[in-house]
Amino acid sequence: MVGFAGYDMPVQYPMGVLEEHKHCRNAAGLFDVSHMGQVRLEGSNAAVALEKIVPADVQGLEKDRMRYTMFTSDSGGVLDDLIVLNRGDHLFLVVNAACKHEDLALMKEHLRGLKISYLENRALLALQGPKAVTVMSRIAPNAAEMPFMSATEFEIAGFNCLVTRSGYTGEDGFEIGLENNGAEAVARFLLDQEEVAPIGLGARDSLRLEAGLCLYGHDLDQNTSPIEAGLAWTIGNRRRKDGGFQGYDRINRELTHKPSRRRVGIRPDGRVIAREGVEIQVDGHTIGTVTSGGFGPSSECPIAMGYVASEFATVGRKVELLVRGQARPGEIVKLPFHPHRYFKG
Amino acid sequence: MTDILFSEEHEWVRVDGDVATCGISEYAQVQLGDVVFVDLPTLGAEVNKDDDCAVVESVKAASDVYAPVSGEVIEINEALETDPGLVNSDAQGDGWFFKVKISDASELEGLMDEAAYAKFCKG
Repeated sequence: MVGFAGYDMPVQYPMGVLEEHKHCRNAAGLFDVSHMGQVRLEGSNAAVALEKIVPADVQGLEKDRMRYTMFTSDSGGVLDDLIVLNRGDHLFLVVNAACKHEDLALMKEHLRGLKISYLENRALLALQGPKAVTVMSRIAPNAAEMPFMSATEFEIAGFNCLVTRSGYTGEDGFEIGLENNGAEAVARFLLDQEEVAPIGLGARDSLRLEAGLCLYGHDLDQNTSPIEAGLAWTIGNRRRKDGGFQGYDRINRELTHKPSRRRVGIRPDGRVIAREGVEIQVDGHTIGTVTSGGFGPSSECPIAMGYVASEFATVGRKVELLVRGQARPGEIVKLPFHPHRYFKG
Repeated sequence: MTDILFSEEHEWVRVDGDVATCGISEYAQVQLGDVVFVDLPTLGAEVNKDDDCAVVESVKAASDVYAPVSGEVIEINEALETDPGLVNSDAQGDGWFFKVKISDASELEGLMDEAAYAKFCKG
């Protein structure tokens, strides 16, 4: 167990990180992600208001559809990344555990007139992997038809759950929000299904890294813009054209002219691991830094993400990685390392 | 070959004549979790007792490995390059790291035997 944002989190279960990771890619893994912050936004024009602090097209979000976006700062950096779900009469947000207090302060400042409820008594479970749909269909036959990034409600083990088809592994899967009092029963019910094994924080990190997904505080921070991070796809056309959100000046400039650095995938040669903080060099000159790195159990090799000066951000570019003072060869590669397998319907 | 000896940093040593085979303990591999890379010292390097001379990378973190005795590195376990998981499956056998030609045998006296080490791990 390790401390994380005030929660005790299991790094691994007895299966160990490698096997947990592979189990999630081949069958189904259950994650307890109740540390994530769940927030309800109510009020007329909640979507219009929220668009002041996120660059996503929230107004264009259909009922029970969700989108990945970020809170941007005045200077165009990322204050947190989040999911926004349109529940019809309210918006439902999922934010990072370590940022939730700052996020709430930000929303209180900018979303005056909206009712902002931090749902302290809600748990969040994630069931991820190719067999997740097999398990969920056993509970609710319609679950199989849910497209990626959509939501519905049904009972699991007698408890009402808000179920979304989403996750942080690159696999097909579901996230299950519910009141705390049902969390243990629902988790045990899911773990009793033959396809399902519990997955800890270690494999959560290696799964998302292989999927090329950002971890806030590592691959994203208040100095990093969504454009540098390769997240321009999260900004709809109307928002690009009309702006109206914090940090639009920088984001618009970087959309038009290239940003000075970009997030890239990095494949170290051989088996040396390039972890966060490793300098990336070309001909002895530092061109960037690794922001996440480790071993990719499905890739069966070391993998990393980091930021490099834009002129070097091309697939196939050879780089050196300064690991423990020694320059080790590596190469810029395409993200993700492992193909996404979302259910698009 | 002598019985196995352990350091407080969780390395083990087995001595055969003036050659010490070194690795990390079973206790250490359990703590580290799945090992994915071992950065071994270079052949011929002179290592001093308690110097960091190798790095073991697990899925969780990178950890330094300290030389339990001083001497010249005369052999490294090349099998770890292709199969670092040997450290997990047989930490105190096939998962050995390197062999040194002992330069000061008196350093062995500061190491623990199996019973003392088991007690040490229990804290």
